[in-house]
Amino acid sequence: MPDGPTAAGAAGDLRPGEVEIKNLTLNFGPQHPAAHGVLRLVLEMDGEIVERADPHIGLLHRGTEKLIEQKTYLQAVPYFDRLDYVAPMNQEHAFALATEKLMGLAVPPRGQAIRVLYAEIGRVLNHLLNVPAYAMDVGALTPFLWAFEEREKLMAFYERVCGARLHAAYFRPGGVHRDLPAGLIGDIREWRAAFPKIVDDIETLLTENRIFKQRSVDIGVVNAKDALDWGFSGPMLRASGLAWDLRKAQPYDGYEAYDFDIPVGRNGDCYDRYLVRVEEMRQSLRIIDQALDRLETLDGAVAADDNKVTPPKRGEMKRSMEALIHHFKLYTEGYRVPAGETYTAVEAPKGEFGVYLIADGTNKPYRCKIRAPGFAHLQATEFMSKGHMLADVCAIVGSMDVVFGEVDR
Amino acid sequence: MSLEALQDLKEHVLAVLSQEAVEADIVRGELCVTVGRETVVKVLTRLRDDPNCAFTCLVDLCGVDWPARERRFDVVYNLLSVTSNLRCRVKVHTDEETPVPSVAEVFSAAGWFEREAWDLYGIYFSDNPDLRRLLTDYGFDGHPLRKDFPLTGFVEVRYDEEQKRVVYEPVTLQQDYRTFDFLSPWEGMTRGLPPSAPGDEKAAQAGAAEG
Repeated sequence: MPDGPTAAGAAGDLRPGEVEIKNLTLNFGPQHPAAHGVLRLVLEMDGEIVERADPHIGLLHRGTEKLIEQKTYLQAVPYFDRLDYVAPMNQEHAFALATEKLMGLAVPPRGQAIRVLYAEIGRVLNHLLNVPAYAMDVGALTPFLWAFEEREKLMAFYERVCGARLHAAYFRPGGVHRDLPAGLIGDIREWRAAFPKIVDDIETLLTENRIFKQRSVDIGVVNAKDALDWGFSGPMLRASGLAWDLRKAQPYDGYEAYDFDIPVGRNGDCYDRYLVRVEEMRQSLRIIDQALDRLETLDGAVAADDNKVTPPKRGEMKRSMEALIHHFKLYTEGYRVPAGETYTAVEAPKGEFGVYLIADGTNKPYRCKIRAPGFAHLQATEFMSKGHMLADVCAIVGSMDVVFGEVDR
Repeated sequence: MSLEALQDLKEHVLAVLSQEAVEADIVRGELCVTVGRETVVKVLTRLRDDPNCAFTCLVDLCGVDWPARERRFDVVYNLLSVTSNLRCRVKVHTDEETPVPSVAEVFSAAGWFEREAWDLYGIYFSDNPDLRRLLTDYGFDGHPLRKDFPLTGFVEVRYDEEQKRVVYEPVTLQQDYRTFDFLSPWEGMTRGLPPSAPGDEKAAQAGAAEG
C-alpha cells in the first residue's frame, strides 16, 4: 500500500494501512456513442458498481409543444416527424387520430390500409435501428451495417410515397396525403420476400451468441408490476410478460381486422426485450402482407371526402374556382376544430405514443401534450441500473430504445 | 373500450369516491374525473388499488394553462388500466402559488412528469423528492409553456470567438415575428360552429334571408 493515501486519510479515524475510499461521480455523455444521442448521465460509482444514476435530459428540447400551439392543425403535423425520427409516421398517426376524433372525421378504408402499411414499415424501421444499435452497445458491429442497408430500402419506400426520406408529413388529419404511386405495392412485396432472410442473419449473429447473452441475460430485470408502475409500454412492457398491445387492446384504423401475434417475454431483462423486438419485426411482415392484399383490392379515396378539411386535387384546381378557394383557405387559415379534448394513443414501435389534444374551436390547438414512451422508460434508468456494473448501463440504456427527439421534445 | 363499461366505471368511481366530492363526465368516450387539490393523492391511490378500477399505470401527467381563470392551471393525470382495458383522466385545478400534492409515492412514473410540469408551467408539487428543472437549460428563468411566455423567449446563445465560450444575450429578431389572424369575419370554415368573430352572424342572417 503506498504511503500517500494513508497520509491523507490520517485526518479521519483510520487505522494505519487503511484507505478512505470515496464514491466516484462519473459523467456519461452527452457525447458518448452509447448515450444514443444527447443523454447526459451523472453516475455515482462505488468502484465499478452504479450507486445512483441521474439522467439529465433536455439537451435537444426544441419547445415542440409551444410551437404547435402557434400553428394550424395541418402545420403541426411535420413537428411529429421530428420527435422520434427513427419511425416518423407512427407519431403523425397519433396526432391525426386525435384531430379526427375531435372533428368526427372518418377515414376511408383505403386510407386506413395505407396507414397500417406505413405504420408497420415504421415499426420495422425502428426495430432495425434499435436491435443492431443495442448489439453495438454490447460489442457486435456487423448487424448494424446489415440493418442499415435494409433501412435504406425502407426509406426509399417512404420517399416514393411522400417525397421525403425522413420528414414525411404523410399521415394527415382525414387520411393520408396522396395515394400510393404505381408499382410501389409490387416493390414492397419484393422487399418483403427477401427481408426474413436478413432477420434470420441478424439472429444467427446475436441470439445464441455467448458474448451477447452474457451481456444481456439477467441485466436490467423489470417485473410486470414495476413496469406498469414506471409507466412502461410497448416492447419494454411485453418483455416483462404482459401481453399488452394497443393494436389489439384498443384497435384503431382497422387493426382489429388484421391477424398477428403479440410476442411476450418471460424475464423482463435486456435479452427478452431484444427477442420481443426481433419477433415484432416478423409479425409486422404479416401485417404488411395483409395490408398489401387489401390495397390491391380496395379502391377509392385515401382521405376523408370533406372539402373543408381535405385539399382539392391539383387538376380540379385548374378548372374549379371553388376548389381554388378551398385550397387557399385550407393552406392559410386551415380548418377549425370544435372545442373539446382527447387523449389518443397509438402503439408506436417504442411503446404507447399519446397525444393529449385540447381544441378551443379555433384553427390552432390550444394545448398539445405529447406523451413519448421513451420519456417514461428513461426515467427508470436509476431503478434499472442500480447495483449493476458500469458496462451494463450501456446495455440497459440501449435496450430501452430511447430517441432524444421524443424524450426532449 | 365499450361505452357501457365506461358508464359502469363512472358509476363505480362516483360511488367509491363519494366522500371526496368528485365530478365525473364522459365525453367522446373518455371518462374525465375532476377532483379537489387536497384529495388527489387519496383519489389516485383509490383508483389504483380498487380492484374494479385497477388503474395501475400513470400514462401521462401534464399541465394546462388557462390564464383567464382564477385558478389558472389544470393538472391532468391520464390513467390506464390494463386489466379492464379502460382509461381515465383525472383533473385538478390550481394556481401559481398553491402547491399540488405530489403523487410520486403512488406512481413512480409521476416523478419526471411532475418535474416537467414544474419546469414548463411553474406548477409546484409539494413532497416531490426531486423537483428540479428537467427540459430547459441549466439556470433557465421562467416557465416557457405558460400562455404569457413569448414564443421567441428572452435570451439567445451564440459562441463568442473572443471570449472562447458560449454567451447569453437578449433575443434579437432579424425580422418581426409574423402572425396572422385567419379567423376571418367573412365566410370561414365554420362548419356549424358558433360565430367566432364580429360579423359572422350577419353572414348567417344574410344567407337565411336569401335562402
